[in-house]
Amino acid sequence: MKKWRSIGNKVIPLSFSTLLIVFWQLIVERGVIARYILPSPWDVVLVCARILPEIKEHIYTTLQEAFTGLFVAIILSVMMAILMDNSPIIREVVQPLLVVSQTVPVMILAPLFAMWFGFGILPKIMVVILVCFFPIVVSLLEGLNSLDQDFLNLMKSMKANRWQIFYLAKFPSSLNNFFSGLKIAATYSIIGAVIGEWMGGKSGLGVYMTRVRQSFALDKVFATILIIIVLSIILFKIIELIQFLVMPWRRAVSK
Amino acid sequence: MPIVEDVSFYLHKNEFVTLLGPSGCGKSTILNMIAGIVPVEEGKVYIDGRDCTGEVGNVSYMYQKDLLLPWKKVIDNTILPLIIKGETVGEARKKAIPYLSLFGLEGFEYKYPFQLSGGMRQRAALLRTYMFSKDIVLLDEPFAGLDAITRYNMQSWLMQVADKVKATILFVTHDIEEAIYLSDRIYVLTERPARIKEEVKIQLSRPRERDIVTSTQFNRIKKHILLNLS
Ligand SMILES: Nc1ncnc2c1ncn2[C@@H]1O[C@H](COP(=O)(O)OP(=O)(O)OP(=O)(O)O)[C@@H](O)[C@H]1O
Ligand SMILES: [Mg+2]
Repeated sequence: MKKWRSIGNKVIPLSFSTLLIVFWQLIVERGVIARYILPSPWDVVLVCARILPEIKEHIYTTLQEAFTGLFVAIILSVMMAILMDNSPIIREVVQPLLVVSQTVPVMILAPLFAMWFGFGILPKIMVVILVCFFPIVVSLLEGLNSLDQDFLNLMKSMKANRWQIFYLAKFPSSLNNFFSGLKIAATYSIIGAVIGEWMGGKSGLGVYMTRVRQSFALDKVFATILIIIVLSIILFKIIELIQFLVMPWRRAVSK
Repeated sequence: MPIVEDVSFYLHKNEFVTLLGPSGCGKSTILNMIAGIVPVEEGKVYIDGRDCTGEVGNVSYMYQKDLLLPWKKVIDNTILPLIIKGETVGEARKKAIPYLSLFGLEGFEYKYPFQLSGGMRQRAALLRTYMFSKDIVLLDEPFAGLDAITRYNMQSWLMQVADKVKATILFVTHDIEEAIYLSDRIYVLTERPARIKEEVKIQLSRPRERDIVTSTQFNRIKKHILLNLS
């Protein structure tokens, strides 16, 4: 029964997506919507393959920005979460600021960053850090708080110090939440870099996208979107793989 | 309303003493105070005549829940107190291995806690408690979450272990039969706020056979406590 359900869980969404794509393909092929307004999925795939040589360098730039930003965001957010977890005062002060920082639209901040930090790689990385920081901090903080209070007391009764409580219990128990946040951050990182690139620059998927949009090459716009989606999914899967390797007990649970 | 009021009791060396009381009366709170985890507003805790009120680390304490870390293998869970004392994993494991068979964990030391049955998890938690190696052991309803048959077997097992390892045990339960079967003395507690209603000396000889619970002497004690509780 369980097995059937888990197969059903995959079959239903997959066939639904397939149906949508087939529907899209058909309405374009039958001329319901003109090709220059909406390219068909198959066109997009073909264009994708064709532009790959010229777009490779842009992919590389975007990935570089996304990775750097994500990496810096991880370090900063882990430090921040630990600080907030250890000091109620810091938490009280920072929490509202964090939430406010998320209400400012990235689309407004990106041009500001461009004005402040120029058109190089730095403002793009800043956008990535900005969008990745929040999900990691929030989830990690929740994870650090998720440890059973009784377990904390048990450790205290064994004379554990704060550092031991942190690395033996709190940190490992927060890994699950940490990876949830990390997966969200990883998927945001690519699109964050692209948004940063819209504000100008020499290379990157966002720069390329702006160019092809201005020349009304819609099929290329769609091809770029497809590449962004694929890159984001790959990054998501990589994080999932790391989680799988880092948390062996979790693997055994799901068996 | 205070949780605990005017509770005063003692334990002899190597004695098995039980606090027996209804759910929510404050049994865990009493243990927490002895373990130094909950602040004591009034009163004192003495160990060997020394005032230990509010001090942690003087007793081995097992919680009501097994509290095993899901990401640590069984053996690494049991050596947690040694790791906290600063021993390396290698040294600590070496010290725990001789006890695995006594605690019925042989062959399961490299499994994760969720792969164990409820009774085994409790034994792993008990071994962890034991590895803290203090003379006084506090056990808070260690078998409350188990099914009747497992609980029954665990009681006999604990009886043997207690005889072997020679420890002073303060046991908490709301199961009358369990209390009589295991203990040298029982303190019967009232509803919250917990007070001591009665001290019952259990004059059953040791070693006790499992079927002692059906003997007339056993049932006389049981009846006495039951009447006193209501
Ligand atoms: N940290 C706390 N703050 C306030 N009240 C508490 C706290 N911990 C426990 N209590 C209350 O104190 C009372 C006694 O709790 P305690 O856990 O000591 O009971 P218990 O006898 O161990 O119960 P059980 O049999 O359910 O384990 C309960 O009414 C509980 O709600
Ligand atoms: Mg309790």
